[in-house]
Amino acid sequence: MTPITIKSRPVYPGLSPDLNARINLIVCDKGGAAAVSELFARAEPPFAKRSTVFVADTLSTSEMETLKKELAPAACEFLPTLSSGIGRLREVLNDAPMGLRLYAAGTEPLIGSVVQAAADYGIDHLSIRTEHRGSLMRRVQCVHCKGFIENVTTNPVTCTHCGLTLFVRDHYSRRLAAFQGVCIDAEIPGDVPPTEAIYQ
Amino acid sequence: MSGSLLRRVRVAEVEQVAARIKRFRFVDIDNAPLSEFSGGSHISVVMHSGDRMMRNPYSLMGSPTDTSSYQISVLHCGKDSRGGSQFMHENVAVGTELEISEPLNLFPPAKLAKKHVLLAGGIGITPFMSMMNDLDSLRSDFELHYGVRSLEEGAYCKYLQSRYGSRVNIYRQDQGQMIPLQTILGEQRLGSHMYVCGPKPMIDWALQTAELLGWPDENVHYEQFSAPPSGTPFIVKLAKTGREIMVKGHQSILEALEENGVDAPFLCRGGACGQCETGVIACDGYIEHNDHFLSEAERVSGKKIMICMSRIQTGSITLDL
Ligand code: FES
Repeated sequence: MTPITIKSRPVYPGLSPDLNARINLIVCDKGGAAAVSELFARAEPPFAKRSTVFVADTLSTSEMETLKKELAPAACEFLPTLSSGIGRLREVLNDAPMGLRLYAAGTEPLIGSVVQAAADYGIDHLSIRTEHRGSLMRRVQCVHCKGFIENVTTNPVTCTHCGLTLFVRDHYSRRLAAFQGVCIDAEIPGDVPPTEAIYQ
Repeated sequence: MSGSLLRRVRVAEVEQVAARIKRFRFVDIDNAPLSEFSGGSHISVVMHSGDRMMRNPYSLMGSPTDTSSYQISVLHCGKDSRGGSQFMHENVAVGTELEISEPLNLFPPAKLAKKHVLLAGGIGITPFMSMMNDLDSLRSDFELHYGVRSLEEGAYCKYLQSRYGSRVNIYRQDQGQMIPLQTILGEQRLGSHMYVCGPKPMIDWALQTAELLGWPDENVHYEQFSAPPSGTPFIVKLAKTGREIMVKGHQSILEALEENGVDAPFLCRGGACGQCETGVIACDGYIEHNDHFLSEAERVSGKKIMICMSRIQTGSITLDL
């Protein structure tokens, strides 16, 4: 669960099928794939037939085989990393027609990256159906050096670029697909609360 | 927002632009510059006809950056209408002074759209006149599909074709031509947005076709200027002040309140935006809900009414105002 605390904090209502879409394009990671197979179970088989799933995660060969079977009759493509998955997504969106419905399921960095890329193709974030699964890890931008810190699981977190200790806020930027990290000990350097692993 | 901010204008020009359509040009009474507006905006025009006051919304058609005058087009709706358009056609001439509201845009083009597909039916062309002006100057990709009964009845056909060339497609009902909506919406690139303005059946058709072709709601926009339907007079009681106001047969509750100096919230005046939603405290008549905003459950509950469009059949209604 991702409780809502700030208005810019995105909400992920869960996957639901668009039965009218002519093409369903679904981007997920390993955790999100479970949500996708539940979606297919809820919708009738014709829905899965009109669907393509990009699984952007590091998987073993046997994991891929299992997923392929589980998600059939949808077409599956496996991309080894999130960024290669987003690259593939961009390729497809580039010559896609209206009637394509986009879905994203998995961790917040995955959903955020899909939403961010889709915006370049004129897809409104509200029209993307999303479900959060798996780790609560976040992508954080240090507001001081503007560097991005991937897969943050603790708060506070040390900026991997400038070394400041950052408090991770719930303030989220869709354009950057990242939460904001603000220096926590600006007034009294070194006065830092204990690090908590709250985004596991 | 409320409509207390009105501006006095003078009619500088009236032109018959099609069989039942007149174009009006307004200038500020002191020739002061008018406010700039954005493509898709409308104003409302206050009309005093006989003993009643009405306010009808009309799209602004000119160039949004031209602040010297505003232009609207009005279709004469014939005998069945409540008389707003008839008033404009028969009682308004060059030199007439009127009150108008400041421009308001409830139909703006989507900023991030890759392409804009505009669908107009008859007088529904009006919001697109200023919108195309904007889109053209931004070099945005757009196409217009415009259905008219005949070339005599369709306004601005020639002008649009000469200004925008092949981006304008006109379909003549008298020649059996239909807008090939299925094909048009079926072949758009990702990131396209559809806008429709016209008679209700056309809007419904467009929204449904888009949905069935898998267009997300976020990419579909419509504007409908429906005049509040007429009925029999009834009494509105205002719970907070104890006042009682008579709503005449050809008036909406909102208009009756305004006529009596009561400031009530509104934006679209067409039952679409939700701004005028008002709580019903008691009602001894049957509420005719004429809006497109309230849900079925809200209607059945009888606890809410959209005062720009809806009325009661007889009796009285007490509002939380
Ligand atoms: S003013 Fe918009 S719904 Fe009544």
